[in-house]
Amino acid sequence: MTVSSLDKRRSGVRAHRRQYGGVRPPGGNPGGPAAALSYLTILLIIPLLVILHDGLSEGLIGLFEQISRPIAWSALKLTLWTSAVMVVINTIMGTLTAYVLVRYEFPGRSWVNAIVDLPLAIPTLVTGVMLVVLYGPQQALGAWFKDTLGWRIIFAPPGIVLALLFITFPFVVRAVQPVLLDLDRAQEDAAATLGATSWTIFRRVTLPPLILPLTSGALLSFASAIGEFGAIVIVAGNIPFYSQTAAVYVLGEVESENRLGASAMSIVMMGIAFSAIALVALIQRYRRKGGA
Amino acid sequence: MKRGSGPAGRASNGPAGRASNGPAPQRSVWVRRLLIAIVMGYIAVLILAPLAGLVVGAFADGISGIFRALTQPDVLAAFRLTLFISLITVVVHGVGGTMVAWVMVRQQFRGKAIINGLIDMPFAVSPVVVGYMLLLLFGRNGVLGPVLNARNIKVVFAVPGMILATLFVTLPFMIRELIPVLEAFGIQQEQAAATLGASGWQTFRRVTLPALRWGMIYGLTLTLARALGEFGAVLVVGGGVKGRTETATLYIFRALDERQYVGAFSVALVLGMFSLLLVVGADLWRQREEKKA
Repeated sequence: MTVSSLDKRRSGVRAHRRQYGGVRPPGGNPGGPAAALSYLTILLIIPLLVILHDGLSEGLIGLFEQISRPIAWSALKLTLWTSAVMVVINTIMGTLTAYVLVRYEFPGRSWVNAIVDLPLAIPTLVTGVMLVVLYGPQQALGAWFKDTLGWRIIFAPPGIVLALLFITFPFVVRAVQPVLLDLDRAQEDAAATLGATSWTIFRRVTLPPLILPLTSGALLSFASAIGEFGAIVIVAGNIPFYSQTAAVYVLGEVESENRLGASAMSIVMMGIAFSAIALVALIQRYRRKGGA
Repeated sequence: MKRGSGPAGRASNGPAGRASNGPAPQRSVWVRRLLIAIVMGYIAVLILAPLAGLVVGAFADGISGIFRALTQPDVLAAFRLTLFISLITVVVHGVGGTMVAWVMVRQQFRGKAIINGLIDMPFAVSPVVVGYMLLLLFGRNGVLGPVLNARNIKVVFAVPGMILATLFVTLPFMIRELIPVLEAFGIQQEQAAATLGASGWQTFRRVTLPALRWGMIYGLTLTLARALGEFGAVLVVGGGVKGRTETATLYIFRALDERQYVGAFSVALVLGMFSLLLVVGADLWRQREEKKA
């Protein structure tokens, strides 16, 4: 730390000179880049490097071999398809919720608006517990679903989708809402005067500018679904080949000390989720440059 | 990510949406009613019903059942540990996160774009993987294992490892809240202070910090809420040893396993309500301050 704090002072001053010419730096030096970087390095970069090193210690082929084991592959497939189903439902319902919140005036609107953020504030493990309490096979509603309709929700893939929907509900709503608020309604009115139906207006006038924010929201919800653990481990039942997701699989491999297996799956999950987040960053940059 | 929870997302539901011209055409009245009903129904089934279910489940043995469950010694110990880890996390990110945000906004350096991407990395890493990373680093066979063993320092299956895990998971919140605030604030006031002879630290403390106030409160609230509810990472790195490395979430997990449902539901209810009040409270507080101003 002492070396880096010396270093930070020097490089900080240099950076200031570059930015402000000879003038004394405003904001002083509560931390130069080096101090901030060492904070990030210790907390973030070193752990990431260790897992990359571990997972790739037998090369990409070793990683591929681990992932293509049937139990690993089925866990990854389950994670991907449940996340995909969630994304489709969440995108439709999130856009609809944002539309209703922005365009309509109705009793309880501010309540609905507040409830949208609720999943962000509730620990995901608690979310899982809630779903088990309501839809679990020993509970009234869950038993009814199972006996009357023959649907297994909890300890089965539908429970996973439900948990993911709960957790990711705010993402699409909050991505679409501000854009919808800024939208000029004159175009919609013009379309209406020209005789377009509400559905045509929505599809041809309102929707196009929403596509990019909507995609960002969908990608973010996908990224967080890939690694979700707390809610899923409670609702899924974690039966291999049936309801064991990738994150739960990693836990199992850690416990049985299969280092390579755990690291390989970790890297694949990180790769998928990070690609989604990187895409969101690209979309945001494109929009800021006036693309849409 | 979670930017929706930030000031921008909250401020957005103002009258602007209604300000635009003209009432909707008459024929869409039924469409409107249908759409509102669909949204309300979705939220009721997906979010409110499970919430109500948890309340009912916790009260299954009446209020005395909840009280009994919450005063068990291991529950109290679990809450204490959760609070301890969360408070340390808030302090560390309060200082470190502010520092990183400040550097990211005010300084130019090579590799800034990469760092900017890395800050979001914890959103892309599963909590289980976070815990596993720390095992690889500090565990018995880990990279730093021999060094730590020789000095008899326990990180893994102990509280320090759990703190590190929580720090990793909560890293982006503070930084992502502060960066837009700092960008909007600009450097003019800081420059003015510097011209008037304020030292760097004085400028930061008296000019920059007050401007960051709401960003910091929001960032720290989100950090705290996330830290209180962290589960996967502390499970893997801490092991959840009863009375030693068992946080509130880990207690819920064990209680469910042991079929102590009232205990699990009560602790889940308290934890959920507490996080919720934190986030809602910060929001209400800001709204009141804004009305005053």
